[in-house]
Amino acid sequence: MRRRLLAVFLALVGLAACQPEEFTEAEKATIASLSLSALPPLAADTTNRVADDAAAAAFGATLFFEQRLSRDGTVACATCHLIDRQFQDDRPRSVGLATTDRRAMPLAGVARAPFLFWDGRKDSLWAQALGPLEDAREHGGTRAAYAHFVANAFGDRYERIFGPLPDLAAVPAAASPLGSDAEKAAWQAMPDAKKREIDTVFANLGKAIAAFERTIVHQPTRFDRFADAVAAGKTPQGEAALSEQEVYGLRLFIGRANCVTCHNGPRFTDDHFHNTGVPPVDGLPDDTGRAAGAKKVLDDPFNCLGIHRDGSDEACGELRFMVKEGEELERAFKTPSLRGAAARPPYMHSGQIATIEDVVDHYIRAPASVSGHSELKPLKMSEKERAALIAFLGTLVE
Amino acid sequence: MNRRTILVVLAAIAIVAAAAFIAFRMMMTPPEGLDLARSKASAKGLYAVAIAPEKEPLEQGPLHSWILTVKTPDGAPVEGATIAVGGGMPQHGHGLPTQPQATAYLGEGRYRIEGVRFNMSGWWEFTFDIRAAVGNDNVVFNLTL
Ligand SMILES: [Cu+2]
Repeated sequence: MRRRLLAVFLALVGLAACQPEEFTEAEKATIASLSLSALPPLAADTTNRVADDAAAAAFGATLFFEQRLSRDGTVACATCHLIDRQFQDDRPRSVGLATTDRRAMPLAGVARAPFLFWDGRKDSLWAQALGPLEDAREHGGTRAAYAHFVANAFGDRYERIFGPLPDLAAVPAAASPLGSDAEKAAWQAMPDAKKREIDTVFANLGKAIAAFERTIVHQPTRFDRFADAVAAGKTPQGEAALSEQEVYGLRLFIGRANCVTCHNGPRFTDDHFHNTGVPPVDGLPDDTGRAAGAKKVLDDPFNCLGIHRDGSDEACGELRFMVKEGEELERAFKTPSLRGAAARPPYMHSGQIATIEDVVDHYIRAPASVSGHSELKPLKMSEKERAALIAFLGTLVE
Repeated sequence: MNRRTILVVLAAIAIVAAAAFIAFRMMMTPPEGLDLARSKASAKGLYAVAIAPEKEPLEQGPLHSWILTVKTPDGAPVEGATIAVGGGMPQHGHGLPTQPQATAYLGEGRYRIEGVRFNMSGWWEFTFDIRAAVGNDNVVFNLTL
């Protein structure tokens, strides 16, 4: 009898050990929803008539890598968005002409984001591209200077895509509503019709760069092969297999650790803004995240409701129906994709956290926010569980 | 190991497993028996209200529209109502990620509600404050994604 009971006990223990191999139907559905295979086709961007034009994308690629598109000829988009580094720069805060206040974001899948930048202060990829071009610490140039440069260096390519360039004879070499005092004065002195023509050239440069950026996509990783096998009811094998530790991490990710709450869908982001109690950086100006970003995007002359949008304003739902103010915007920052994240420290909007281990620790401790309310709740996680979560994140790299 | 020890160990395993399961369910799933009806009376009974997404199935992620139908309890369409839309996730303690609005009256008591997004899965409340000639009332619908 005693021996038989022991056999039953061992069988039950064996069963319990095997159980982790079996996902519930709900877990399977969640895993399938995270696979790149679940990503719908990229929607058209009707606000940019050249969004899917091959010549525009090629021109945009030229512009993306063009250092002369800056005040002193040393800064391109690619300076901080490095093609062999997931289009980011591995720095806590990016360095153009000077050091900025924010971490460069990677670009894969960026065309799917309703709002751009950590604080969502731009509402289209083409409008986003215009920001750094005139930021004094990034490219530091002016829209008038860029119009002259494009006319001189790429006039034919520009005109084949966008039609005739305006007459630039009377346009100052450097002028912008956002530049130095002299550049602002030069801009103010221009006739309104000419300002509008320059703004159109400037917006078109953004539209070409956006057409290129639309082609930057996520590549399937080990996790996707695993998820596709699970979704198909097969046992993941060979290239699709994950280690026991990685599967354990996946279970925590979609279960008790609640990561999937915000890091959801095939891009592992809900495209929204959250306060997660990430501390400010000493010495940097106060950064209220979405609270300030919401105001900026509403005021942006290049936003969806402005005159430089192509197509109808039916495409402007994100802007029209965004939350414009309130407690929930305070120190809320965009949920970044976790694809490739394990391979691109440091983390957070100003590079506050150096390693992925420290990021997991931050989410477990859930510190209070210096203002507004952190959405995090403290977690109990053993060393083994932390290691499993990190191992799982590694399956999203390649 | 005697028989009693083994039973105690088995019982302990069962309790731990059940507790873990319950904790998981509490965090991730809506409460049992949640009223998921898409048509109901408003809180004070002034209106019979129904909601339907403009497109089925309901998807997590994209911005989309709903049709809100407001009638009196005896079935007469309510026209000219002022509608305020709200809601959020009670288990997460946050509101809607967007600010939906009633943007058009479509006739027969129907209003288009634009700018709705559900950015997470789980239990959502979707609330409507209705102001019309009959009076002010509100209604709360539950949705699960
Ligand atoms: Cu939520």
